[in-house]
Amino acid sequence: MQYVDEFRDPELIRKASDEIHRLADAGRHYRIMEVCGGHTHAIYRFGLKDLLPENIDLIHGPGCPVCVLPMGRIDDGLAVAKGEGMIFAAFGDMMRVPGTSGSPLEHKAKGTDVRIVYSPADALQLARKNPEKHVMFFAIGFETTAPSTALTLMRAKSEGIGNFSVFCNHVTIVPAIRAILDSPDMRLDGFIGPGHVSTVIGCRPYEWIARNERKPVVTSGFEPLDLLQSIVMLLRQLHAGEARVENQYKRVVAWEGNTAALKVMAQVFQLRPYFEWRGLGFISQSALKIREEFAEWDAEQRFPIPGTRVTDPKAAQCGEVLKGVLKPSQCKLFGKECTPEHPIGALMVSTEGSCAAYYSYEHRKSTAMVASIASVA
Amino acid sequence: MVLGQPHLGTVEVAGVRRKVDMGLLEDNMPVAGDWVLIHVGFAMTKISEEDAAEQMHLLHLLGETEQAVEEVRGYGLEAGNDVTHAQDASIQ
Repeated sequence: MQYVDEFRDPELIRKASDEIHRLADAGRHYRIMEVCGGHTHAIYRFGLKDLLPENIDLIHGPGCPVCVLPMGRIDDGLAVAKGEGMIFAAFGDMMRVPGTSGSPLEHKAKGTDVRIVYSPADALQLARKNPEKHVMFFAIGFETTAPSTALTLMRAKSEGIGNFSVFCNHVTIVPAIRAILDSPDMRLDGFIGPGHVSTVIGCRPYEWIARNERKPVVTSGFEPLDLLQSIVMLLRQLHAGEARVENQYKRVVAWEGNTAALKVMAQVFQLRPYFEWRGLGFISQSALKIREEFAEWDAEQRFPIPGTRVTDPKAAQCGEVLKGVLKPSQCKLFGKECTPEHPIGALMVSTEGSCAAYYSYEHRKSTAMVASIASVA
Repeated sequence: MVLGQPHLGTVEVAGVRRKVDMGLLEDNMPVAGDWVLIHVGFAMTKISEEDAAEQMHLLHLLGETEQAVEEVRGYGLEAGNDVTHAQDASIQ
């Protein structure tokens, strides 16, 4: 319980932890998946596992957008970016993600015009300021980010900005959950539902998980107490043999989501028949494509795309870790060839990736422990 | 609201002011003094002042206040006058 004292209300944290210990059936082993990368990060940051009984395993889900992007898409984006007069714009957390011939940052060093933006609106602004160039925004993210890209495309179209396009890699969370549930080597008892994605899509899209798969889902906030409360809510349902969707994060998430954002997304995007996810393979209707009405601003329709497919390095077991079959430390490369400084697998690149989170908090903790024992000897 | 660009509002995060797009809250437009959760330069949802304080505390706990301010500072649109307070969500 090393972090308890820095929590705002340590007493409430202890109560929630006690309630979890009371509810967890000693004869049962619980496997709860937190879908969202932000939750994974918070769980490690706060050492929440130390507050849970040993028979509750938290399995880290596919909700880190950088982690699930296939390397071939990065290669494709960078291939287009090499063209004359191109500016490649992307969020900062894309910059160190390795493609076959290097990351966007390494391409920048070799002469590609690569810019970090904090918002798709800034990429459009770059296009306004550089009329002689073409700005391609390399879009990633789940439903939290997709409406912002959509609205930016609508602004580009209404202003008639012709030197701007989007290379769209937006994915949707529910088909990934379905793929994980369909995976034969997977056994899960319930889900901590994503927080920020749910501000857009609401809680309704998870209802089939409760209804058809008989597994409870609790949409959760990001504070330590939020996450512990969500685990209490899940255990209560499991204890009573129920499976419902509950919303722990009511202060931010509306049950119906953000209807204006959903409308904008529907106007600009349509579902792709299928899309490749790193570690999970091809998943049908799991990603967004730009509609024909916006073809002029769709980099994939505007430029020739190589369509690169890259197999992940054989030794890296990202897929197993992503599905929760292996813990990060059980991968052969973890902490050896693959570290946050030199990531081989994508889960090590983003701070929301389970390997990077595990490395930064758990791994460092155990290394420190080994060091102190050595000094006694 | 800035005339001619009705979708833009200025937010303040820990003293830093930047313009963000409020077009995704068209059904429930924020007004000056409201608190909103922002993500990649767009206001995503309105939240109460109390919840905003909690979110700020979380950023502090995570040691990510600096990162949030840096993100807001990085937004490329210029600052204006109407102030809505803002929170930051990470990219998902």
